[in-house]
Amino acid sequence: MQHNHNRVAALSDKIEKITSESPLLCYQCGKCSAGCPIRDYMDESPNQVVRLVQLGFDDEALKSSTIWLCAGCLTCSSRCPQNFDLAKFMDAMRSTALHEGIEISEIDTVKFHKVFLNQVKKHGKMFEFGLARDYKLTTQNFLQDVNVAPEMFIKGKIGLFPHEVKDKKGIKEIFDKTD
Amino acid sequence: MKIGYYPGCSSSGTGKEYDISLRKVLNLLDVQLEELNDWSCCGATSAHATNHLLSVALPARNLIIAEDQKLSEVVAPCAACYNRLIVTQHELETNPQLEKETSELLGKSVRSGISIINIIELFVHIGKEKITEKKKNDLKGIKAACYYGCLLVRPFNITHFDDPEQPSSMEKIISATGAQAIDWNYKIECCGGAHSFAHKEIVVDLSRKIIDDARLHGADVIVVACPMCHSNLDMRQRAMKNHQEMPILYLSEFIGLSLGIEPKELGIGLHFISSDSLLEKVGSKE
Repeated sequence: MQHNHNRVAALSDKIEKITSESPLLCYQCGKCSAGCPIRDYMDESPNQVVRLVQLGFDDEALKSSTIWLCAGCLTCSSRCPQNFDLAKFMDAMRSTALHEGIEISEIDTVKFHKVFLNQVKKHGKMFEFGLARDYKLTTQNFLQDVNVAPEMFIKGKIGLFPHEVKDKKGIKEIFDKTD
Repeated sequence: MKIGYYPGCSSSGTGKEYDISLRKVLNLLDVQLEELNDWSCCGATSAHATNHLLSVALPARNLIIAEDQKLSEVVAPCAACYNRLIVTQHELETNPQLEKETSELLGKSVRSGISIINIIELFVHIGKEKITEKKKNDLKGIKAACYYGCLLVRPFNITHFDDPEQPSSMEKIISATGAQAIDWNYKIECCGGAHSFAHKEIVVDLSRKIIDDARLHGADVIVVACPMCHSNLDMRQRAMKNHQEMPILYLSEFIGLSLGIEPKELGIGLHFISSDSLLEKVGSKE
């Protein structure tokens, strides 16, 4: 693990700018990780990711699977004795990792988010068939959910055509301006 | 009673029975829904997980639509939509820089003041008495596990809804149907949310823990108030090994049964897991 002394607090400051909360608020009690439903699947526990950021191990923190596996359930944020909004911290970590072109371990999760937002950009609403189709195409995971997909169609739960907003131009503008 | 309605994207797809049953039930309970004109997606997990400004701008667009329609109260039956709308209001109120960027982007400011409520709050407003008064089918003998999941009760400093660790408002509504709401441990645990695509195994594990705990405490059914939770708890049971099926009903469907609406009319047949065992107990066959 490389600790770059010149970069101490670089990421911490960036995160604070996005969230208006200093990662230094965390005093490492571990209550977040104790209640995290996804902890078992993560490489670092949530409080360890905060610790990495506090100590300036920026790349290690940004490369962790933890930031992508966090489901945003907010259990940590609601229980933190310091009122540190860890879920918001994770959101900021994800957008920073994407922005800085960090090598991401959880690539399928990132692909999912991209495909999801692309559907919204195109139609203004989530088009579930388009989401499933494009996700399979980008991940090449064609066999996923073959056991439930036909039933979805039979039950009419997934339409072949999108429900779209009228104001497509307005939606596209929101996406273009926030890109 | 008239109220604004933000159906959310799943209302026309995977969660369509939620929309169908809610409209039928509210009609019987004398509540008129006014849908937001040309509403759009709230951005859901994918927006807030990757792009902060976008995650605020998308719900803000819908808040502005509600203001233009002069609505004072809007119900968002999807817990995730509810959460994004209410968190956006809070962020715009407390972060002037973000408010400035968002209003420049949309060409209009959110004046806020609109009350965004979830489906449980809506039923609390309607009142237990009203449900009891219109009840045609007493659900006595049914044991229901009320599942809140994450986004109705958290973040508590913004939603101010019920109790973040031990919510009980859904149980109170359920009691009006005659059913017994059980005491259990997983009512606010996460089902895995949006990981259903990229990490199905996580959703299967987490949802299974929720279902197993409900069964351990004697539940005949889990009652939910979110289409994402429903899809994870219902559809993902197919991937659970050595698993005994547990019916998952939307709160609107459950209340609908007590109001005497036919299960088919409520869309209960659209679920992956059959509710036949439950409906037999209720006395209305699908």
